[in-house]
Amino acid sequence: MTEEIDAGMVARRIAEDGDLSEPAPGRNEVGAARRRKEDARLVTGRTRWTDNIQLPGMLYVAFVRSPMAHARVTRVDTSAARAMPGVVAALSGADLAGEQGSLPCAWPVTEDIVLPDHPPMAVEEVRYAGEAVACVIATDRYKAADALEAVEVDYEPLPAVLDMVKALEEGSPKVHEAGNRSYVWKFGTGDVDAAFRDAPVVIERTYVQQRLIPSAMEPRAVVAETDGDFFTLHSSTQIPHILRIMLAQVTGIPEHKLRVVAPDVGGGFGSKLQVTAEEVILLLLARRLGKPVKWTESRSEGNLTVHHGRDQIQRLALAADADGRLRGLRVDLLADMGAYLMLVTPGIPILGAFMYNGIYKMDAYDFTCTGVFTTKMPTDAYRGAGRPEATFAIERLMDELADELSLDPVDLRRRNWIGHEEFPYTTVANLTYDSGNYEAATDRALAVFGYDKLRAEQADRRERGEPVQLGIGVSTYTEMCGLAPSRVLGSLSYGAGGWEHASVRMLPTGKVEVVTGTSPHGQGHETAWSQIVADALSVPFDDVSVIHGDTSSSHKGMDTYGSRSLVVGGIAVVQACDKVKEKARHIAAHMLEASPDDVEFAGGTFRVRGTDAAKTIQEVALAAFAAHDLPPGVEASLDSEATFDPENFSYPHGTHLCAVEVDTETGATRIREYVAVDDVGNVVNPMIVEGQVHGGIAQGVAQALFEEAVYDAEGNLLTTTMADYLLPSAADLPEFTTDRTETPATSNPLGVKGVGEAGTIASTPAVVNAIVDALRPFGVKDVPMPCTPERVWRAVHGGGS
Amino acid sequence: MTRINVTVDGVTYEEDVEPRLLLVHLLRDRLGRTGTPIGCDTSNCGACTVMLEGRSVKSCSVLAVQVDGQDIVTVEGLASGGTDWHPMQRAFHEEHALQCGYCTPGMIMAAIDLLKDDPDPSDEAIRKGLEGNLCRCTGYTNIVRAVRRGAHSMSQDPEAAAAGARSAEEL
Repeated sequence: MTEEIDAGMVARRIAEDGDLSEPAPGRNEVGAARRRKEDARLVTGRTRWTDNIQLPGMLYVAFVRSPMAHARVTRVDTSAARAMPGVVAALSGADLAGEQGSLPCAWPVTEDIVLPDHPPMAVEEVRYAGEAVACVIATDRYKAADALEAVEVDYEPLPAVLDMVKALEEGSPKVHEAGNRSYVWKFGTGDVDAAFRDAPVVIERTYVQQRLIPSAMEPRAVVAETDGDFFTLHSSTQIPHILRIMLAQVTGIPEHKLRVVAPDVGGGFGSKLQVTAEEVILLLLARRLGKPVKWTESRSEGNLTVHHGRDQIQRLALAADADGRLRGLRVDLLADMGAYLMLVTPGIPILGAFMYNGIYKMDAYDFTCTGVFTTKMPTDAYRGAGRPEATFAIERLMDELADELSLDPVDLRRRNWIGHEEFPYTTVANLTYDSGNYEAATDRALAVFGYDKLRAEQADRRERGEPVQLGIGVSTYTEMCGLAPSRVLGSLSYGAGGWEHASVRMLPTGKVEVVTGTSPHGQGHETAWSQIVADALSVPFDDVSVIHGDTSSSHKGMDTYGSRSLVVGGIAVVQACDKVKEKARHIAAHMLEASPDDVEFAGGTFRVRGTDAAKTIQEVALAAFAAHDLPPGVEASLDSEATFDPENFSYPHGTHLCAVEVDTETGATRIREYVAVDDVGNVVNPMIVEGQVHGGIAQGVAQALFEEAVYDAEGNLLTTTMADYLLPSAADLPEFTTDRTETPATSNPLGVKGVGEAGTIASTPAVVNAIVDALRPFGVKDVPMPCTPERVWRAVHGGGS
Repeated sequence: MTRINVTVDGVTYEEDVEPRLLLVHLLRDRLGRTGTPIGCDTSNCGACTVMLEGRSVKSCSVLAVQVDGQDIVTVEGLASGGTDWHPMQRAFHEEHALQCGYCTPGMIMAAIDLLKDDPDPSDEAIRKGLEGNLCRCTGYTNIVRAVRRGAHSMSQDPEAAAAGARSAEEL
């Protein structure tokens, strides 16, 4: 198909060009593989994790949690616990009922959605195993743990509701009085009936997106304190700004009396995009006890009570012409909400609604999603949030269609994808993709992968009937990220906007402080934002510091999720820098006794056009600070702020190819090659981008091969520990080969696209397609995820799908 | 309560501890060595890995009473003089082997220990050797690169390499 070329990998380029990580003289900071500013404290252990915080008189909170999936709480007796040494208080849900309010859902997707009350601590009924029913507060964490044993709770069991299909049947036990159907959300364009009528080929499949546990390495932790008037809450959160607003609304503590801080946060992947029961309760306890309180979850507690991800049943139908041209797609989803609707629970599958068509052209599309209540931990955002599910569906269907038509899966995709000359392109899902070049990314991926050679090896192994077969999986994905244009969010009934804020402060000594509303927890914003500002203001990289994650110092923002930080927050930084320069130009002109129209800015210097008269931006900053001689009506400050609201989503794309060896005798699988060529537009820091892609791929591979949150028939979570829930280790994953093409976004001045979720979105179908491809000679059309050796073996031997 | 003497990052402590107190809680809650974090409660994740008498242990799986009279080095004690990073710390930085950084202290300690048995490990040996340390951010590709780089640097600079096992007297 394409001749094999030397793989000019990103990593090697970084190693060769960027050993010292500084850009070559005269080169821009943007595009350089700058080593991260964040690393110094992280590799030396000088970190500020929430659990590190120790305050005078601090008390430790521990929760009594329901051992049953569904039960009436008939009695909670905390008196024995309260009598134990070091125990300051022990409280039940009833004790907090008057003040705890209800945890918020910011995304009621339909007018008639069933949106039940969600008390932070259960009062009368528990609806999932792990729901808090009481808490004890003691002088150290061991005493608090001891006292949990002394709290007596009586439960009257109610039937667990675990299966989404059965939950919707007439007569099913109910999770909530209003029934188990939370909402039905529909979307469609074109005449889908016409597309399927007389279609020469229709592929119908049902895929299960298993429930996942996000598993950020840092367990959640919360510290709350108050002086009786003002409250400070430290939390391991992705969303300090949103959290502040929501906590104010839930607890009644006025917003201006509440500061929320996200200190160093050890990963999130969507799991810390939440307003949690523990955050609310810790605030209430600080108010009630007048002492600082801390709670840190154990991993087992976290697996039970950090929101889960995915958990959908996808009923799909794809109609095509005999030559493989797509006609239409029907999607009917059941999405497990779990027991309650949390911050954006109902919206997650809806985020996928616009992505089921992927990179392809088709005539018609029909989407229905039914949100279903079960007695399990609520689901919510997990890396990709709706889009991995959608991409899995279409990319799996494309491979199935290719098989049906005996076409090469890449060839089938070529016949259907949007050509690079067709951008901007409005899809069947009514999104306008601004730019892309699927041909270029795919050709590069095929070359790096050595596609033809691997296909030849596959044919050879098949012919010889080798026990270890080779499969090749293709995933040509795009996704919508950079959440989000506020008007679109409004039209989808989301409770807030999608803008981002930045301010840039020029200090008297010429150094720069950047305040961002994004809230990094591993993404490297301190480094990337410094690179952007260094170029925008022509100041040294090391002269920039970035302030974030504290509502008292970075007062305004929408935080970090949905691959939004660079494409929304980074652009706000650029715009704030533009304003700084414009203010400085007027003061420089005054200093140079010239008209502002004659002053231009280049290389860090304001210069009167055609002369040598010049002032550096640092000189102007000092002059603005001194304010001895400013032009009339000009304020003594260069500081500027900007709020950027994107006009469109961001559409990164790419081609991921995976070669898997499948042992048909044991069911064992081994990823032999994984090649990802992503196009995320222009790149600020290729090293950080590569890292995001690596980590994203790993999580997508983990869904394909390893991870699943399993509940037993009574609704107990069986995968409460890292011994039971299989997070891949280094020994479980291959080296990933990554490369990029660069098709700049046209929707923002940096030409950048989001990258945080892309790897996860792309990789799951690449792996499963490869496994199924290996097993096609055995008549296998699907292997349910995670594709464990047992499931692969059963598929080969006819007991699986 | 049991009285123990323990040296951590070159400082000697005398502490009265409950027999059940975990080493990691002694380090974090009593001695303020919060550079060593806790990622799980079943000794799977390895985030809390420290050096005990020069070999790596998961400090969530050791009782404080067990380290009486022994020498512990945490990630906070790796850099000599507090500023001159250990080659493995530099390698993790250079190779972008961390994102959120929560697993990093344990990963670095485990990597240093791995090289004590195999100073020039293959990629496969690195992956197997770090099996007990989980990272959710990096996908491990850059961690493997970093350990390779760290191994190379340490073979060039044996003195720095020894830092992970040095005792209080040497400081």
